[in-house]
Amino acid sequence: MTVDEETLTITCTVNGEAVRDVVPVRRSLVDWVRHDLGLTGSHVGCEHGVCGACHVQVDGRVVRGCLMLAVQADGARVETVEGATRSGRVAVLQDCFFERAALQCGFCTPGILLQAAELLEHTPAPDRAEIRAALSGNICRCTGYQAIVEAVEEAAGRLRA
Amino acid sequence: MKPARFRYLRPETLEEALAMLAEWGDDAAVLAGGQSLVPMLNLRMAQPAVLIDVNRIAGLDRIEIIGERLHVGARARHAEVLRSATVARAAPLLALALGNVAHEAVRNRGTFGGSLALADPAAEIPAVTVCLDGAILARSSTGERRIPAASFFEGVYTTALRPEELLVGVDFAPLGPDFRFCFREVSRRHGDFALAAIAFAGRIEAGRVGECRVVFAGVEESPRRLAAVEAALAGAAVSDEQAWRAAGDGLGAVLDPIEGAEYPAAYRLLLARNLLLETRRQLEEEAAR
Amino acid sequence: MTSAPETTAPIGMIRTDTPAIGRSMPRAETRRLLAGRGRYVDDGAPRGCLHAAFLRSPFAHARFTIADTSTAAGLSGVVAVLTAADLAPVCRPWQCRSGAFPGLVSPVQRALADGRVAFQGEPVAMVVAESRARAEDALDLIAVDWEELPAVASLAAALSAEALTHPELADNVAWRTEFGSADFDAVFAGADFVVEERFAFERKTGVSLEPRGVLAEFDPAEGLLDVRISHQMPHQLQLHIAEQLDLPIGRVRVACGDVGGGFGIKMHVYPDELATCAAAKLLGRPVKFVADRIEALATDIHAREHQVDARMAVDGEGRILGFDIHDVQGLGAYSVFPRSSTTEAMSVLRAMGGPYRFEAYRARLECLLQNKSLTGQYRSVGHPIACAVTERLVDLAAARRGEDPLAFRRRNLLPVEAMPWTNPAGGRMFELSHHACLDAMIGLVDLDAKREEVRAGRAAGRLLGLGFASFVEFTATGSQAYGAAGVKVAAGDTVVASLEPSGSVRAQASASEIGQGVRQALAQVLADGVGLDPSNVRVETGDTRTAPHGGGAWASRGAAIAGEAAWRAGRRLRGEILAAVAALVQAKPADLDIRAGEVVEVATGTPRMTLADLADLVLFRSHELPAGVRPQFTVAEQYHRDDDPFLPTNGIQAAMVEIDRATGFVRLLGHWVVEDCGRIINPLLVDEQIRGGVVQGIGEALYEACRYDAAGQFTSGTLADYLVPMAGDLPEIAIGHVETPYSGSSVGAKGAGEAGTCGAPAAILNAVNDALAPHGASLAALPIKPVSVLRALGDLGAGEAP
Ligand SMILES: Cc1cc2nc3c(=O)[nH]c(=O)nc-3n(C[C@H](O)[C@H](O)[C@H](O)COP(=O)(O)OP(=O)(O)OC[C@H]3O[C@@H](n4cnc5c(N)ncnc54)[C@H](O)[C@@H]3O)c2cc1C
Ligand code: FES
Ligand code: FES
Repeated sequence: MTVDEETLTITCTVNGEAVRDVVPVRRSLVDWVRHDLGLTGSHVGCEHGVCGACHVQVDGRVVRGCLMLAVQADGARVETVEGATRSGRVAVLQDCFFERAALQCGFCTPGILLQAAELLEHTPAPDRAEIRAALSGNICRCTGYQAIVEAVEEAAGRLRA
Repeated sequence: MKPARFRYLRPETLEEALAMLAEWGDDAAVLAGGQSLVPMLNLRMAQPAVLIDVNRIAGLDRIEIIGERLHVGARARHAEVLRSATVARAAPLLALALGNVAHEAVRNRGTFGGSLALADPAAEIPAVTVCLDGAILARSSTGERRIPAASFFEGVYTTALRPEELLVGVDFAPLGPDFRFCFREVSRRHGDFALAAIAFAGRIEAGRVGECRVVFAGVEESPRRLAAVEAALAGAAVSDEQAWRAAGDGLGAVLDPIEGAEYPAAYRLLLARNLLLETRRQLEEEAAR
Repeated sequence: MTSAPETTAPIGMIRTDTPAIGRSMPRAETRRLLAGRGRYVDDGAPRGCLHAAFLRSPFAHARFTIADTSTAAGLSGVVAVLTAADLAPVCRPWQCRSGAFPGLVSPVQRALADGRVAFQGEPVAMVVAESRARAEDALDLIAVDWEELPAVASLAAALSAEALTHPELADNVAWRTEFGSADFDAVFAGADFVVEERFAFERKTGVSLEPRGVLAEFDPAEGLLDVRISHQMPHQLQLHIAEQLDLPIGRVRVACGDVGGGFGIKMHVYPDELATCAAAKLLGRPVKFVADRIEALATDIHAREHQVDARMAVDGEGRILGFDIHDVQGLGAYSVFPRSSTTEAMSVLRAMGGPYRFEAYRARLECLLQNKSLTGQYRSVGHPIACAVTERLVDLAAARRGEDPLAFRRRNLLPVEAMPWTNPAGGRMFELSHHACLDAMIGLVDLDAKREEVRAGRAAGRLLGLGFASFVEFTATGSQAYGAAGVKVAAGDTVVASLEPSGSVRAQASASEIGQGVRQALAQVLADGVGLDPSNVRVETGDTRTAPHGGGAWASRGAAIAGEAAWRAGRRLRGEILAAVAALVQAKPADLDIRAGEVVEVATGTPRMTLADLADLVLFRSHELPAGVRPQFTVAEQYHRDDDPFLPTNGIQAAMVEIDRATGFVRLLGHWVVEDCGRIINPLLVDEQIRGGVVQGIGEALYEACRYDAAGQFTSGTLADYLVPMAGDLPEIAIGHVETPYSGSSVGAKGAGEAGTCGAPAAILNAVNDALAPHGASLAALPIKPVSVLRALGDLGAGEAP
């Protein structure tokens, strides 16, 4: 580590595990989970809040990982796609994305899964317009979004069943 | 695209934060939701020496009725304001506007006070705060100022807030139960900043507009109440399209729209006029229900 | 739907029972991506990895001297500050040349600019440091003296030559050409009428969500450069890195892990990527560079800046006689290496009039240098422009005749019986299904109902419009395009397939996976080729150390070229297996078949041996094999076409729009595509691939533009300025297919990846003009801007053109 870089020691839980780390204060949350914790499922697509590839969950809510500093997660409960994979909503969404081929390069996918899971948490039976609105902050440059919308719709159905 | 170095301060109390602001003043930036500040840090368009992170200060996110007035804490997240039953009851216009702000993930972090302090001309919250005549509470180590929204916004990204002041919240006096609200927006894509938006609050009695307030976002450099338009509408029947058209046609003399290559001033003026006419239609439709 | 013409399969007919080819199957590997376990370039770094950042020119055109790098170099954590002089000994300059463009003017380029920059964002110096943040800190400390030079930005400025993109040149013309049919003048003179229009297309770019990125490691002991990169064609790049860095090709390894989208962006030689490789060689330490979004938008190749003056001649019976096109292309500061930016313009000229029968053609082209970012082969290269121009002229002609635009198309579309045919633009047309697609589209759209909706809506004052666009997309380019011009681009692909101990098949393919699903497609083809389930086939791609040299991912070639190689490899392996089993069980190979991983008797289906048992025997107990039985369980097939330089594909798109007169916004109410990409290997993947292409076309029609001001300053530098289409603003997109397999191959697949992008802008432009027509307005510039719409309608004063 370079000498003149201000750091702070933080403790938090990441995907259920307690983590303690010395973090440069200017490191973004997404860079920290990716490069220091090796959780590379969250991606970096723009670093200015527009694309949603960097989504992580902090204390149960989806946030832009590029717009939060890692030190701001001190004491928080952080969940990334790697951790969420084991849980209910995201697991069902993953099945539906898989079956419907709702991803191509997959770079946008983790961010979209987390956002869709949050939607289904508060809106268990969204219509397609609501799904599109909820995902309006996530860029997917490969698909036509339609497979994604259909996969989320299908997942909502399965979760209600 | 990584931020330049800064010192990171994390006050636990309001007093601490104010002391830090007093010490650092212009060299410091307050970090609230970070949804506007952090992109600027990442782009190195902002390079403050010190960041004062106000996210740990207890109570700064309160949404409550104090006496008669609705208080929205500066750190109330957009998502909380949008969902708040208290806001829906006391100031429904806020919730109407918030639905147009950004996307879920951004609303989960972005704050009410941050949007006001930023003073983006195309932002919704400043416009509705002006429309509702909110009082902006600015606290420094030497005391608190109540700044009427009407005199808070001084231009693009400039406000009456002093470097040593923290915006702690906004108070809204109640408007009568006979007030109707309307918020309509034109944005290029879902969740984008407004190319133009209108915030309308008006007393409607027997199908006629009484006292009313009209504010645009995205049209001028700062939001303001348009007294001339409000006067032109006062007394007009909601169904009187002619009167509203006349008020809309009068906007050219009243507004000084932002000029730009892709969206020239004349275009924003046109949007403003059409939004006013849409407001009438919406009021009419609501009355019919 | 049309039936397939007879295939004359060179190696074994496609069996009627191809259980995997044509089946909608999810891609096995997406499980990994869904779980967040992708491996994109930036996901890993070896110990001691350094990070690069580039000082880029703030000016469009300037001379400079670097006054001081010592302050930057002295910053803690900084390992090196490199300039052109530092990289010169390890990295040769390069220059775009192509036999296809004789006389092409494109000056020499370097990994770092040397004394003069020719576009904003051109790399000038490089910092290598312990972190990217630290490298960026150091950039601020490099002292540069700039002397700004006059810059060329717009096409008009480039044409006027008042300022020069490169001061040593006489003008700004990189290349020009002119060709046409001998009877052109006579045909136009004899026309009943001629429609004409001037079209303007703004620059756009690909915006792969994963930006470009590279991680280079040099092992001085072995002299080996190991490059991990997000790229579409590792083999092509391997060759160029070897040449520029003066290494034997065998000492350069290029490996692509997961690639987060390409769209033509990741197939060129970029200065920053070569500089990263050079720095790794120079410093002997791993160096990583990942473009941030600002760098990506400014310096990824742009595309599609054209101004086109076009005319179409029509006879008294409403038949198209010919096209006359004058295209002016803005190609940026240099012609991109190695494929040349001029390729896009030539693609425009070749695709003009594609779906139709016509007699005469004249094309004039000027490719202009500008002090702007380079342009290159972005998805559907040139075709969307040709399509928009052609289809708008067709609508104008139909309107002039007072005719239904589909009736006009039906009369002029190239019928099946007129093919094969080489049209006057030089496009070789065969096995296309225009009329079948048109009929299918009418059904898919439920056209009568939609037209009634438009009529009723208009009566109620709404501005509704329906637009159509027939298209031809040339895919799966053969070696006639680049190889013949001396440009080292592989047009063939190779598949190496082996039977593995468990009885499964593993293959190495020279095609590249960039999210389009080529590995899944190849697995399905191989599975049918051999006779097992696709889940037992594993296809690997993307690493020059293991994959044979080949084309990678460009021009929608995966299914058509690598797919054919896979089929042939599968059949060869099948032949080896059947011969071996026949010898073992004393049967004739012809009496045996492989079904679901088991060798069975053709007649009865009686199992004779599983592939697992066979592999076991041959791989571990070969001494038990009868004398003379020496099966080859690793086979290789190389496939390239000799006869057809391109595989044309076709289709038609329809769009329904509403113009909001209060805002000038165009809202898409529906979009429909019927296309024919030959044999469809996996409809599930093809359909969404087409939708994704349509969405990029929607971006081109309504949102996306790389803008520069008059001084050449880039003004679309963030994703808040460069607008890509998002889920909330898009319609549902319906897809239909007609299948006309390519008769020259066994699989019969053609390209599918670009059709969506090809026709969508044209369909939307026509739909918008259909909505404007009752109001006497029209538009001919993309993207369609709200302000332009209102100006066309007379609702907004003209003002300065935005
Ligand atoms: C993709 C995207 C889309 C968006 N779309 C919209 C939109 O449609 N409409 C819209 O209005 N906004 C939009 N935003 C911005 C968003 O609403 C921001 O959250 C908001 O403008 C700023 O709030 P913040 O809490 O994030 O403030 P920060 O980013 O933390 O701060 C913004 C500025 O205010 C100052 N500041 C913050 N809080 C205080 C305080 N309490 N006292 C003094 N100074 C303070 C900061 O120092 C800084 O200068 C968007 C953002 C993104 C990333
Ligand atoms: S990387 Fe965070 S929103 Fe794009
Ligand atoms: S799948 Fe590539 S960006 Fe969404």
